[in-house]
Amino acid sequence: MELNGAQILVRTLMEEGVDTIFGYPGGSVLDIYDQLFQSPIRHILARHEQGVTHAADGYARASGKTGVCIVTSGPGATNTITGITTAFMDSIPMVILTGQVPTQFIGTDAFQEADIIGITRPCTKHNFLVRRVDELARTIREAFYIASSGRPGPVLVDLPKDVMQARMEYQDVPAKRQARKEPVFLPDTADLEQTVAMLKEAKNPVILVGGGVLRGRASAELREFVRKVKMPVASTLMGLGSFPADDPLWLGMVGMHGMYYANMAVSNCDLLVTLGVRFSDRVTGKLSTFAPRAKIIQVDVDATSINKNVLVHLPIVSDCKSALVQLNTMLGNNGLEDLRESRKQWLDQIETWRVEGALTYTRGELIKPQMVIETLNRLTRGDAIIATEVGQNQMWTAQFYRFNEPNTFLTSGGLGTMGYGFPAAIGAQVAFPDRLVVDIAGDGSIQMNIQELATAVKHNLPVKIVILNNGYLGMVRQWQELFYEKRYSHTNISGQVPDFVKLAEAYGALGLRTADPDEVESVLKKGIEASGPVIMDFLVEPEEKVYPMVNPGAALTEMQLGRETGL
Amino acid sequence: MKNEVKEHVISMLVNNRPGVLARVAGVFGRLGYNIESLCVAETISPKVSRITSVSKADPAFTEKVKKQLNRLVDVISVAELEDGTSAKREMMLIGITIDEKNRPELSRAIAMFGCTVISMQESYCILQVAGNKGDVETVLNFLKPLGVKDIARTGAVALESES
Repeated sequence: MELNGAQILVRTLMEEGVDTIFGYPGGSVLDIYDQLFQSPIRHILARHEQGVTHAADGYARASGKTGVCIVTSGPGATNTITGITTAFMDSIPMVILTGQVPTQFIGTDAFQEADIIGITRPCTKHNFLVRRVDELARTIREAFYIASSGRPGPVLVDLPKDVMQARMEYQDVPAKRQARKEPVFLPDTADLEQTVAMLKEAKNPVILVGGGVLRGRASAELREFVRKVKMPVASTLMGLGSFPADDPLWLGMVGMHGMYYANMAVSNCDLLVTLGVRFSDRVTGKLSTFAPRAKIIQVDVDATSINKNVLVHLPIVSDCKSALVQLNTMLGNNGLEDLRESRKQWLDQIETWRVEGALTYTRGELIKPQMVIETLNRLTRGDAIIATEVGQNQMWTAQFYRFNEPNTFLTSGGLGTMGYGFPAAIGAQVAFPDRLVVDIAGDGSIQMNIQELATAVKHNLPVKIVILNNGYLGMVRQWQELFYEKRYSHTNISGQVPDFVKLAEAYGALGLRTADPDEVESVLKKGIEASGPVIMDFLVEPEEKVYPMVNPGAALTEMQLGRETGL
Repeated sequence: MKNEVKEHVISMLVNNRPGVLARVAGVFGRLGYNIESLCVAETISPKVSRITSVSKADPAFTEKVKKQLNRLVDVISVAELEDGTSAKREMMLIGITIDEKNRPELSRAIAMFGCTVISMQESYCILQVAGNKGDVETVLNFLKPLGVKDIARTGAVALESES
C-alpha cells in the first residue's frame, strides 16, 4: 500500500512496541503529529524539550524499555541536548526523533534549521539523518536496536520534513532485525574459573556494583551470587537499588559522599569484584590510593570502560547478567559456604567500621533535610520510585533512602543535571501510573524545569515533589564554605524563590509547606495521600552540609565525618 | 616508558557513509591525539571504506583509540599495523620549476629515483614518487635544492602482509 514517511514512521514505532512518546510539536514535525493524532500511541506533551527528554529518560530507567521522544527542528532539537547527554552519560536507552528542514534546504541556514547530527555526534551512541523515505523503516529499527543493545544509550534520528511527506509503496517487513549485528560479549570460561579461584582465595573481599547491573537487568543474578559468596556489597550512586539496602551484607554507596564503612571496606579489601562500574572520579577519590591492596576483577559490557581509570587484574568484557549466570552455575548450590569462618574476621571489622562511621545528623529547632528523607523512607517502606535533582538533595537521598528494588532510583549520575528529577519522575509515573513517584529537589534545582508541573497536572500524573528548601544552591554553598572561606558568591537565593505553595496552586496542583520538624511526617502523609501532583515545601536548616565527605583529590580513607567536634 | 612517543598506524574498515570520517576524527580529537596523515578510500566493496591514519603518540594511544573506535557503530574493524608485518606505502607529488641550470640534475634524479613524470611544461613539472616514508623523503630532500615549489603527499596507506 502507498504510505507517506510519517505513516511509515508511526507504523514502525508501533512494530517496535512503542506505546508512549514524549514530545513537543513544531513546524517540521507537523506531518508526524498529524499521524500521531490518529494513532493509539500515547503522547505526553511536555512544556519544554528538555522536559521531554528527561521524561523519556525517567520512563526508560523506571520501566527498562527504550524511551522515545519527538521534537521539532532547530530550537526543538537543540533544547534536547542536556537530556540526551544526561542519558548518554548514564547509558540510558532512548530514541530521539527530531524534525529537520526539507532535504533541499539542509545547509542553507533555513528557518529553524540546526545541524543536530553534527551537534549530537559526541553525545549520542549513534545518530542518523534519513535522506530518503525508503531508508526510513530500516533506520528506525536500527536506532531501536542500537539504543538498547550492548551498553545502551541515546540514538537520534533526524527526519527532514520532505521525507515525512514523501510517499512510497510500503510493505510490512518481518519484525526480524535487519540491523547490524552488534558483537555479543560473552565471558571467557577460563576468566570465570579464575574469578572463582580468586573468590575462594580472598580473605577480605568486596563486591562493588554499578549502573551496569541495572542496565543489564542482572539484579536477581547479583542477589543469588551474593547469597553464594557471602561477600559484602558496596555500590556506586548508579548501582543503588540493584541490591537490597536492608540486606546485612549491604554496605551502601562508596565515593565522595559514600558511607564511611563502604569506603573503608573498599580501601582495605584484598579482592574487589566490580560489576558494571566505570570508576568515575566521584567513586575512586585519589586514584593512586584506590583499593591499594586489592586485586580487581572488572566485569563490564563496554571494553572502553575497562582499564580506563583504574588498572585491573582480571578484565572480563561481558554484560553483568551473562557473567553472573555462569558464575552462579560454577559456584554450585552451596557456593562458598565453607569459607564463612575465615571471612568472619573481615565481616567483624566491617561491623566495627559500620558502628564507628554510622550515618547520623543532629536534630534541632529547624527541620533537618536528612530527617525529611528518613521519614519519607519510613512512610513508604522504601517502596516508592524516587527521582532526585542534583546537589545536596541527591546525596542525602542516596544516603538516607533505602533502595531495595532495581529501577526505583532515578538520578543523573554522570552528567549531574539539575532539573532532571522532576520530568524524570513524570516519565516514571507515566510508566507506572499506580506507584508512588517522588522527586526530591532543592529550591534551586526544582526551578530548572518547574514548567513541567503543567504536564503533570494536565496528564493527571500524581508526582510528589519534596523540596528541601534551604534558600541556597546548597552543594555549591557547601564547597564555598569548605574551600572558598565562606564567600557565598551567588549561591544565596533566599527571598529569590517563588512561593512554592502559590506556585503549585497556580498550576492547579496542591501546595504544602512547613518549617516545623514535628510536622514533617504529617505533611508527607498528606502529600502522599493526595490524589494529584503535590509540592511539599520543607523549609530546612539553611547551612546543613552533606557528610561524610571525601575532599576532591583526597583518598577514600580520608573522610570528613562532620560530627559535632567540627570537621 | 610513559613518554615513549612513536608512530602508530591504525587501519580501519568503516561503512562508506556520510559523517563517518567526522566520527572517527572526533575520537582522535577528543583523546587529544593529532592525526599526522590520513587516507580514506573505498575498498573492493563499495559499501566499505578503509581509513589509514598515522599518529605520533604514547603507548596508551593504541588501547584508548582502538577501544573508542570499536565503539562507533559505523566502524567495522580496527587494527594497529606494525612495521614487520605490514606493507606501508605513501605517494608524493612534487612540483618543480625547471630552468637551464637544474635541468641536467633533474633528469638525473628522475632516472636515479625512478620518479614518474606526471606533467611536464616548459618551466614546471610534476613528479610522482612512491615508496615508504623514508624513500619519499630522500627524494624530496634531494630535489629541494633544485627548486621544489610545492608538494602534495598522501600519507601512509598500509595492509597487513598476511591475510
